[in-house]
Amino acid sequence: MSEQYLRETPFHDRIAAVASAQSWERWQGHITAVTLGGMDREYFAIRNSASVYDVSPLIKYRITGADAARFVDRLITRDVARCAIGQAYYTPWCDDDGKVIEDGTLFRLGKADFLLNAALHNLHWLRDTAYGFDVTIEDVSAEIAGLSVQGPLAQTVLIAMGIGGLERLAHMRLAETRLDDRPMRVSRTGFTGDLGYELWIRPGDASWLWDRLMAAGALYNVLPIGSAALNHARIEAGFILVNVDFISATYALRPSQKRSPYELGLGWAVNLKKDGYFIGKRALLAERKAATPRRALVGLEIDGRKPAVDAFIYAGKREVGRTTSAIWSPTLKKNIAIASIAGDQALPGTELGIEIWHPKELKIERSMVGCRVVHRPFYDPPRKKA
Amino acid sequence: MQRYDAVIVGAGHNGLVTAAYLAKAGKKVMVLERRHLIGGAAVSEQLYPGFTYSSCSYVCSLLRPEIMRDLDLPRHGLQVNPYETSSCPTHHGEPLVMYHDADRNRRSMSRHSARDAEAYDCYSLEIRRQCRFIKPLLMMTPPDPTSFKWGDIEGLLRLGRTFGQMGERQMYDILRFWTMSIADFLDEYFESEIVKALSAGSSIIGTALGPRSPGSAYVLLHHYMGEVDGEIGAWGFARGGMGSVSKAIAGAAREAGAEIRTEAEVTAVIVKGGKAVGVALADGEEVYGTAIVSNLDPKRTFLKILPRQHLPEEVYEQAERFKIRGSSGKLNIALDALPQFKGLPYDAHCGAIEIGDSLDYLERAFDDYKYGQWSRRPFLDIVIPSTVDPTMAPPGKHYMSVFVQYVPYKLADGPWTDEKRQAFGDTVIDTISEYCPNFRDLILHCQVRTPWDLENEVGLTEGNIFHGELTLDQLMFNRPFPGAAQYRTPVRNFYMCGSGTHPGGGVMGAPGANAAREILKDFKGRVLS
Ligand SMILES: Cc1cc2nc3c(=O)[nH]c(=O)nc-3n(C[C@H](O)[C@H](O)[C@H](O)COP(=O)(O)OP(=O)(O)OC[C@H]3O[C@@H](n4cnc5c(N)ncnc54)[C@H](O)[C@@H]3O)c2cc1C
Repeated sequence: MSEQYLRETPFHDRIAAVASAQSWERWQGHITAVTLGGMDREYFAIRNSASVYDVSPLIKYRITGADAARFVDRLITRDVARCAIGQAYYTPWCDDDGKVIEDGTLFRLGKADFLLNAALHNLHWLRDTAYGFDVTIEDVSAEIAGLSVQGPLAQTVLIAMGIGGLERLAHMRLAETRLDDRPMRVSRTGFTGDLGYELWIRPGDASWLWDRLMAAGALYNVLPIGSAALNHARIEAGFILVNVDFISATYALRPSQKRSPYELGLGWAVNLKKDGYFIGKRALLAERKAATPRRALVGLEIDGRKPAVDAFIYAGKREVGRTTSAIWSPTLKKNIAIASIAGDQALPGTELGIEIWHPKELKIERSMVGCRVVHRPFYDPPRKKA
Repeated sequence: MQRYDAVIVGAGHNGLVTAAYLAKAGKKVMVLERRHLIGGAAVSEQLYPGFTYSSCSYVCSLLRPEIMRDLDLPRHGLQVNPYETSSCPTHHGEPLVMYHDADRNRRSMSRHSARDAEAYDCYSLEIRRQCRFIKPLLMMTPPDPTSFKWGDIEGLLRLGRTFGQMGERQMYDILRFWTMSIADFLDEYFESEIVKALSAGSSIIGTALGPRSPGSAYVLLHHYMGEVDGEIGAWGFARGGMGSVSKAIAGAAREAGAEIRTEAEVTAVIVKGGKAVGVALADGEEVYGTAIVSNLDPKRTFLKILPRQHLPEEVYEQAERFKIRGSSGKLNIALDALPQFKGLPYDAHCGAIEIGDSLDYLERAFDDYKYGQWSRRPFLDIVIPSTVDPTMAPPGKHYMSVFVQYVPYKLADGPWTDEKRQAFGDTVIDTISEYCPNFRDLILHCQVRTPWDLENEVGLTEGNIFHGELTLDQLMFNRPFPGAAQYRTPVRNFYMCGSGTHPGGGVMGAPGANAAREILKDFKGRVLS
């Protein structure tokens, strides 16, 4: 009488029906696909036609109440006053030491109505920091199902499906719409760095949406994908992943492993000028005054074509960091990585050495090659924002 | 006449660890045990045909992995099988089941409070941060901050370095944590009563503190700093019962040449010219050795076996003042079938089941105890090792261990009697029956042990399971008391190796290993001769 302890997403039946690879993993207590049929096909769907990825397990907090805007402004590092209704904000949020707890997307649904999309559970932190504010914070994750449609044909497919007004929907904007008389929120957001949208619906409408999308997409090579292909795309897009590229301040056992937004390359998302205190402001102000940040999360282009997974990076003989995410990019035809390195080595153009261990017919070989610091994102097609 | 390099009084698991390390270093070692079996509070006994009881300690986590490796304990028969749940049945709504698996646990906890389910991550991380500080201290002799010896200064420096890596806030947190009550600590994380109650269980086991008493948070840490195969805070069943821990250590000791004698009660330490030289046994026999090592608790060590005329008055008084209040009882029960606890899934019966669904419940249990009564509604820590370990009971039947908190050593209405023991046992069985209606019908045999029994059978003063309360005034360089905290005593050549020394009680082996290291140091430095 032991219960099933991983949840199925609202799309599970549909995905399982086409997941011939039977390759599953966990995502926040849910069963999700690593790949459905073939990782390469799925990856190229993202860059070549249109991909469909189930993002239902994302954690979503709804923040409402008279003080909602004031509270969110205190929570995040960006300035909420500048976030229009119907806009999506990518933003980190920090602890009092100015160390990043997480990064995520904030949807402003109304004057005093927000949706915070997160990868980790934050309710405890949100409720604690909401003390004294007239706000209600609810975990609405299970009330909203989501599909991410990404790729050069994403817009075409969604228009073919009958979703109106997409041509006018700018990057990082939301639209509330209806299709077949069912409510749907469309956001022009995603984790691939490509043209793409996320469709948010009631869980009960999941099969309907899936079937509609697949029917409309049949002519355009729309392909459901798993997390492996997505991960390739997100690295190319330079998006960082909590507990992969950095440890959340909440989860770090050692204080030295916590990172500030500056140390993660997210300085652009910190607004020190906004009115009043936000969590971490004092520490971030002090950090800004000091010279270079202690650590930096940078992009690397690496010689050769061996993916530099968990590789150490050297400046001469000095070890200065290691890679946190690394792939061979099929689109760029480049060997790329996100790496955590010493702050004084982080200037774009800096030439470094990297030690890569790679398996070769049951042997492990070591190669020492050159690499250089480059700007993230690695891949940023104009269509993303067009 | 035989003369040994070391004579160890008591074959508790710590005495055996000391013996094994000394023997491995080439010393000639004799261990003398009062009882007919070795292991002290880590024993397995067959008191009913076909069933094996872990009659005192019942679960394993604290035993230091360094010791398992040094003594090659798996080769001598040690196997620890982890269990993965702890749960709390209740009359108020759904039971709480906590799982090892993070996703499953979050889902289960969120039935009681979505916020608590999330706060749990932060809570367990904070406990792990606290463990990170304490772990390096376990296998080291606590440095004495008042001494200016190089070893002590070096030890303090090492401590300082761990402390220094922590950041200011964490240092404050540590100081706070070591002195605060578990109720205050849990209030900072959780809102649900049952979540707090289930988390607080380990903070009251074996202590004479309530969940709202300052100092109880540390007791929780003491139960958390163990591990099974690197999994911090995990607990498991020793295959064959806790006696197999002692047997494995004894195996290693014997292999290295140590002798172990049972039914050899030591009545006195023989002191000549201010130096311990041997021990006298109950039957009049005398055994001589260079180092005399006591595995007994500090009270028995200083007030019972060491003749008073050899002790400075101050030390005698410190020993008298030492806090060693018994507060725990134990039922070992042979069951005809697996009991079904109200609302608990099958998995939950394979882990720890705790009775006591609110902090108030636990605090009230403590209130009764304070005034010399056993708790009318006691906190129970129940495990059924036979759900995991097939050697504990015949197929289909089960062995249940019930640890009971709180039970006084001294009752307000006079000494323990057979009737009172019976009545105490009934209180416990009635409490279980509230959650498990046909429980009585399943009982084939039941052993009831009060603190008084624990003292008389196992030799734990007042039945205190840790050989002395685990409060800051009796920890680290204060354990058992200042000036005697480095396994040496004021009497030359007389050492301590039991749970009354740093880092304290539980089936951990660390006191025994640390004592052996100090004794070998003294052999080498010719302090011992
Ligand atoms: C009911 C109970 C449940 C417990 N549950 C757990 C648990 O689940 N997990 C855990 O880790 N810990 C548990 N503990 C605590 C743990 O068992 C003890 O702290 C630990 O076993 C003590 O070991 P020791 O070697 O220091 O001393 P002891 O085990 O007390 O050994 C002392 C030995 O000295 C002998 N002795 C006494 N007097 C004399 C004498 N005059 N001459 C010769 N020999 C003598 C005794 O017979 C005994 O064998 C529990 C304890 C009890 C009592």
